[in-house]
Amino acid sequence: MFVLIVGAGRVGAAVAQSMLAQGHDVSVLDQDPLSHERLDAGLPSSWEEAGGRFTVGQGIELEALKEAGIADADVFIASTSGDNTNLVIAQVAQKRFVVKTVIARVMDPARATWYAEQGVRTICPTLQAISMFESAIVEVS
Amino acid sequence: MYVVVVGGGKVGWNLARELIDKGHEVTLVEQTRRRYLTIEEELEHAVQYGDGTEMWVLERAGIQRAELVVAVTGDDEDNILICQMAREKYDIQRTIARVNNPRNRELFDLLGVAPVVSATDLILRLIEHEVPSFGLVHLLDLHAERLEIVEVEVTEAAPAAGMRVADISMPEGSLIISVLRKGAGFVPKAETVIEAGDEVLVVLDPGLEDTITGLFAVGA
Repeated sequence: MFVLIVGAGRVGAAVAQSMLAQGHDVSVLDQDPLSHERLDAGLPSSWEEAGGRFTVGQGIELEALKEAGIADADVFIASTSGDNTNLVIAQVAQKRFVVKTVIARVMDPARATWYAEQGVRTICPTLQAISMFESAIVEVS
Repeated sequence: MYVVVVGGGKVGWNLARELIDKGHEVTLVEQTRRRYLTIEEELEHAVQYGDGTEMWVLERAGIQRAELVVAVTGDDEDNILICQMAREKYDIQRTIARVNNPRNRELFDLLGVAPVVSATDLILRLIEHEVPSFGLVHLLDLHAERLEIVEVEVTEAAPAAGMRVADISMPEGSLIISVLRKGAGFVPKAETVIEAGDEVLVVLDPGLEDTITGLFAVGA
């Protein structure tokens, strides 16, 4: 499976490493060249030597997405720090490049819920945190 | 008309002021606290503080009853999302979005956000207009209607120079709508003779530009 991840922050980089470890082809796109260090972290040599791909560029630019290999992607993960960027590029991946599985990280529960209803698969860490807090409180009370 | 403007930069603030002066009811949404406080000194209750891509902020601004939503933030992603939500969630028929980076224009089209305004494109049009060597000037693109209006200065070498309008073999899907000669414009008749130096306005289906250039602006 070919996985394209846009945004190599804590979440994006960790998902990239675990997908690669599971034997998938993984390409990462991030606008910050230094984010590459997060991909190298913990690996015996480098991200590339481990078989990963890395492209510097903005997820909103079609050329950058193409360079990162979106045309061949089976899975597209939008995990930049911006909710709106993630929602826009996820829709681009769906509509323009017809990627089979598209997942966007959206911090705002309202947008995550509404866009999920519109057919964009969203993951909302905020909602997860809220429910974990709620159950943690229920446990102690 | 009730208008919600998102983004209190130079464009948004001035737009809000102009609309208010014209008697419209306006709410401007600005997400930077300092900027908001500055604007609030002038616009008072007509400006609200918050991230205009958050639904509760849009709802507090009364987006449900807006007749027009204008997204003019400095972020193209934000402008796309605001207009998308305005149309699809709040059922607002009229939205206008600002394109900051002309390379993102394709994304607006792809996600159905229209019409859009791009300062870069507008300035480029002006340059084309001021520098006639470009031959053909786009005056108006009606994207959805698939029509455009162009202006072209007739050159000496052009086949159309010296011909009656009726004799010019205009391609199917194009029409001469006006001629500007010596600073005055008129609507040509079939017997009007087109002269070199005339500026001709043509309405056409997109894609016919080269044919029109070949008729009117050879050697431009």
